Amino acid sequence: MSEPEPDAPAIDIAGLTRTFGVRRPLRRRGAEPARQVVAVDDLTFRVERGESVGYIGANGAGKSTTIKMITGILVPTSGIVRTVGLDPVRQRRRLAYRIGVVFGQRTQLWWDLPLRESFEILAAIHRLDPAVATRRTSELVERLEMASTLHTPVRQLSLGQRMRAEIAAALLHSPELLILDEPTIGLDVLSKLRLREFLIAERAEHGTTLLLTTHDMGDIERLCDRILMVDHGALVYDGSLPGLVRTVGARRVLVVDLATPAGTLPTFPGVEHLGSQGGGIRHRLAFDAETTTAAALLTAVAEHVTVLDLAIEEPAIEDVVRRIYQAGG
Amino acid sequence: MADSVPAAAGRLAPYVAVVRARIRAQRSYRTSFRIDLLGSAAIGVIEFGEVWIVVHSVGTLGGLNVRAILLLFGLSNLAFASGNLIAGHLDQIPTYIRAGTLDTFYLRPQPLLAQLLISDFQLRRLARMTAATTVLVVGFGLNDIVWDVRTVAVITMAVTFGTAIFAGLFVCAAGLQFYLINGAELTNAFTYGGAYAAGQPASVFTRPLTLFFGYLVPVVFTGYLPTVAILRLDSPPGLPSWLVWCTPLAALWVWAVALLLWRLGVRHYQGGGG
Repeated sequence: MSEPEPDAPAIDIAGLTRTFGVRRPLRRRGAEPARQVVAVDDLTFRVERGESVGYIGANGAGKSTTIKMITGILVPTSGIVRTVGLDPVRQRRRLAYRIGVVFGQRTQLWWDLPLRESFEILAAIHRLDPAVATRRTSELVERLEMASTLHTPVRQLSLGQRMRAEIAAALLHSPELLILDEPTIGLDVLSKLRLREFLIAERAEHGTTLLLTTHDMGDIERLCDRILMVDHGALVYDGSLPGLVRTVGARRVLVVDLATPAGTLPTFPGVEHLGSQGGGIRHRLAFDAETTTAAALLTAVAEHVTVLDLAIEEPAIEDVVRRIYQAGG
Repeated sequence: MADSVPAAAGRLAPYVAVVRARIRAQRSYRTSFRIDLLGSAAIGVIEFGEVWIVVHSVGTLGGLNVRAILLLFGLSNLAFASGNLIAGHLDQIPTYIRAGTLDTFYLRPQPLLAQLLISDFQLRRLARMTAATTVLVVGFGLNDIVWDVRTVAVITMAVTFGTAIFAGLFVCAAGLQFYLINGAELTNAFTYGGAYAAGQPASVFTRPLTLFFGYLVPVVFTGYLPTVAILRLDSPPGLPSWLVWCTPLAALWVWAVALLLWRLGVRHYQGGGG
């Protein structure tokens, strides 16, 4: 159990459960016993090396708790976790050399020093050979376009710059498994695109396994071959994104702004008119991604009215989770 | 330090890198750094003034005269200031937990406690050490001290193991703070309170206090016992003079408790029982 097999799965979880005792405010001594809350409930899954997995679920579904058990920060209440073949709690220090983790809301950089120095310190912390460290740092700096921010104190970086720096910091020691918790939260569209492109290139070159939590459907579409969805601590879906959308029948919404107000639009098969705003200027049309494409619907609409502007709303993850949950019982 | 023992230097490299970074960061805010230094030195001076005024007006305190008090204060304060330099920031654990800094430490391949000890090396604490050293040197000059092997051994022991005792007390406090998220007030009683008690002649303590600071939170080993040994004075009941040779044992005791509390605290944080 203690010696890792070289070809062990990146993550191997069986019957993983974690409960937290919640103490109620004390009114009288010994009035009420501590209540147990199940954060992760009998979770079993396996992530093979080289996979790219989106780990999704609503807030409080148990995503962070799972990640903390995968990385050795939390001890499971019961069940087994093996990360790159290691026991994350007992072999935490060996594991730290082999995984990279970014928690979206926390920093692993030294906020009052120039960014470059954080990379130097982290190279020392991971005992990288100086030549290797230099090569890897310049590779990451170039690919993440950080050359201009390298001499800026971390506290002065913008959110997008800081997130790129965090990801570079997590990848500096070339980990086999990269775990990203909400990497694109709060980023503008361009920063998101660049980050996704970088991650795709990095994985293509180094074969890094990726586990990603996100609320952004775009992240999943672009980055993940497989989705694991948790709800109330239990696994409710394991498969591809199109499969998920098919399962829940999640619809996309086409929003069109018209040149002149129209009270109603003609009906199109398989499309639901959700409503209009601005006295008939803006219309929202829900359609099933399986049967219709956005382009086909737009063409159909444009035959009847002049469309000035348009937007497409993707199903929100919370929505999808809720549908799955309702469908399941 | 590195060339003769490359293996050891390699092992220390991660720690050296972090400490050097902390120092660079503090030096980059020059004004604030200077004010910090002054503030720390001022605290040392004020604390000493407090003891000085008491002893000066009563002549002797617990069998020690003003000159002996200088020695006592210098020894215990130097030990406290050094222990504080090493581990004083550990009382920030609740802040580290809230900010998620602790989770970041879990993701690095060094022992957690070692990472925490070096995570916030504060140069301003050197000012406090300097103030304590000054008082100690003056104390050496004003007292009739027989400079033999025994005296040097007692002083060396008092400073090194005294530092270990205070650093250990900070680790104890940190371990407890995993349980008591707002428990700094309680644990400060042992760390800063211990430092205050260490600056007093133990002969003025009541019997329970003597036992408490002599054996449980053994800060009398950092100031009073070595002072009595250096000046070859009589020791009070409950604290025999040979006890000074047990200073390493006192440090060992504190660290045994410290590592136990730390382990329990970390297991509590990870939720693995304990």
